[in-house]
Amino acid sequence: MSANSTSLTSPTPSPMPDTGEPKAEAASPLGNVWRSFIKSRSAVIGAVIVLSILLIAVIGPLFLPYGYNQVDANSRLEAPSAVHWFGTDDLGRDVFARVINGARISLWVGFFAVTGSIIVGSLLGLLAGYYGRWIDVLISRVFDILLAFPGVLLAIAIVAMLGPSLENAMYAIAVINVPTFGRLMRSRVLAIKQEDFVLAAKAIGMKDRRILFKHILPNSWTPIMVQGTLNFAIAVIEAAALGFLGLGAQPPEPEWGKMLSDSRQYIESAPWTMIFPGSAIMLTVLGFNLLGDGLRDILDPRMKT
Amino acid sequence: MLIPVLIGMSIITFSIVHAIPGDPAKAILGDKATPEAVAQLKESMGLNKPMIVQYLDYVKGIMTGDLGTSFITKTPVAEEVGPYLAATMELSLAAMLIAIFFGMNLGILAAWKHNTKLDYTAMVIAIIGVSVPVFWLGLMEQWVFAQDLGWLPSNGRIDPRMAFESITNFYFLDALIQGDLEAFGNALQHIILPAIALGTIPMAYIARMTRSSMLEVMSSDYVRTARAKGVSEFLIIYKHTLRNAFIPILTVFGLQMGLLLGGAILTETIFSWPGIGRYVYEAINNRDYPVIQSGILLIAFIFVIINLIVDLLYAWVDPRIQYGKE
Repeated sequence: MSANSTSLTSPTPSPMPDTGEPKAEAASPLGNVWRSFIKSRSAVIGAVIVLSILLIAVIGPLFLPYGYNQVDANSRLEAPSAVHWFGTDDLGRDVFARVINGARISLWVGFFAVTGSIIVGSLLGLLAGYYGRWIDVLISRVFDILLAFPGVLLAIAIVAMLGPSLENAMYAIAVINVPTFGRLMRSRVLAIKQEDFVLAAKAIGMKDRRILFKHILPNSWTPIMVQGTLNFAIAVIEAAALGFLGLGAQPPEPEWGKMLSDSRQYIESAPWTMIFPGSAIMLTVLGFNLLGDGLRDILDPRMKT
Repeated sequence: MLIPVLIGMSIITFSIVHAIPGDPAKAILGDKATPEAVAQLKESMGLNKPMIVQYLDYVKGIMTGDLGTSFITKTPVAEEVGPYLAATMELSLAAMLIAIFFGMNLGILAAWKHNTKLDYTAMVIAIIGVSVPVFWLGLMEQWVFAQDLGWLPSNGRIDPRMAFESITNFYFLDALIQGDLEAFGNALQHIILPAIALGTIPMAYIARMTRSSMLEVMSSDYVRTARAKGVSEFLIIYKHTLRNAFIPILTVFGLQMGLLLGGAILTETIFSWPGIGRYVYEAINNRDYPVIQSGILLIAFIFVIINLIVDLLYAWVDPRIQYGKE
């Protein structure tokens, strides 16, 4: 979880990491970025939501009077009350405790899947963009094929192969998000490798690996971070979708999607078992979407839609 | 471009059965299967042949329309998949119509009343729409409109008590052909909730894209000229601006079809809509591998074809775009 927080609490990555290069669109100092961040309503609201959920996920469970898996046969399907804020489910488990604990699962899945797809996608994109020729053709074709599947469908196919579990769902989500980052990185590399500072580095005989990791990678970071935030939202929804279909987290894990599918039988008699986990998913996704939109407008105006 | 993608897709779907850890035949038959039964199934599935031969057999099968036979119903997939495909197409089309109509108009409204309360409200609706999980929206709709208010049915395509014969598997078309307005109305009632659930996310994306793309075009010189000449606001928006703002909107539309087809699995599961998504979902639960394999291949194939059509539409919307010329 601690690694998680580093990714989530640093919403303002430097658009121009210090690479010692004088080049590229006149580096905007961190202060400027911070000022425009504060001005961007969507970035601020998004950051507040994301940080709150992160805080809840980390320390929330410590303050709960009930465990997420604490069964109480005497209080089954109870409506929300002062004792059970979000009511109880069919096994008498406290829905509030389950939703709070579910935040840990969702953020963890999102973090793992997005980080994994950023690492793999960026490496493949770097190789494809820098070396070109057959490496580019091969990698780009793989991306095309992966993108030819509707995302959720490919995730379902992968989990169907590996067997249903939260871990496999994470892998599946990571895989389907790889091409997004791969293509983005490739296009950045193609643009940057023509820049004078890269040509100069080549001219003085710098090794490819050093050029790639010291010069090109740090200069491509901004759009990757922005896209990463937006894909975090997608990953959270996809994880919940897989859980909903019974392909992700398995009982008794308090995963939001799984909770929703369990609630289907009680829609009429106990709608709170459905309302709260669903709201939690929506709020999390909304937070990351707002933050991602805001960051995009601030850090990378060219990506603006 | 299309050929390598199709080959890649066939490799991925082929792997679904062959990448199952352990012995697929055992996985299919379960732990209690006798070794004879496993051996027999292996033989009938051709699992004893070398991998490359199996793959070529699989591709040959697809080319000749052989999509495998369901383990559960014992019917060839190619024979039974028709009605499911039709149901999904009907639902997707309805969802897309909702998404396009409301999305574009919401976007136009926001761009037209730029930086007003109307604009902000429209964009808040859009960002929430982008963030709402389709399966939760479906459940909420069922709870509010079907269970609580009792306005609309929550399951199926048509009331099973209706004496309705389907010929083409497209219920709306059939009802019209037969002049059965009651069946048409009933089918319409059934499609509203799932279509809204499925169409909401694409609607929100289309609204956002329409707004930004309209704003860009609206500040261009020719729109200013049209306005100076006294062209009515309606004509400026729907005739002059929209057409030029259409390319990015179309791109979003193409991308959203993937989301729509993926979302169809979830929506169809919730609303017991007998489409291809539910067909695949049930196959996953039953470990019916030929159906999973072919179902996924079919959905991906439809997605590829739609994207191809969108590419061709670009050239139609914007004659400046020509393919095959540098």
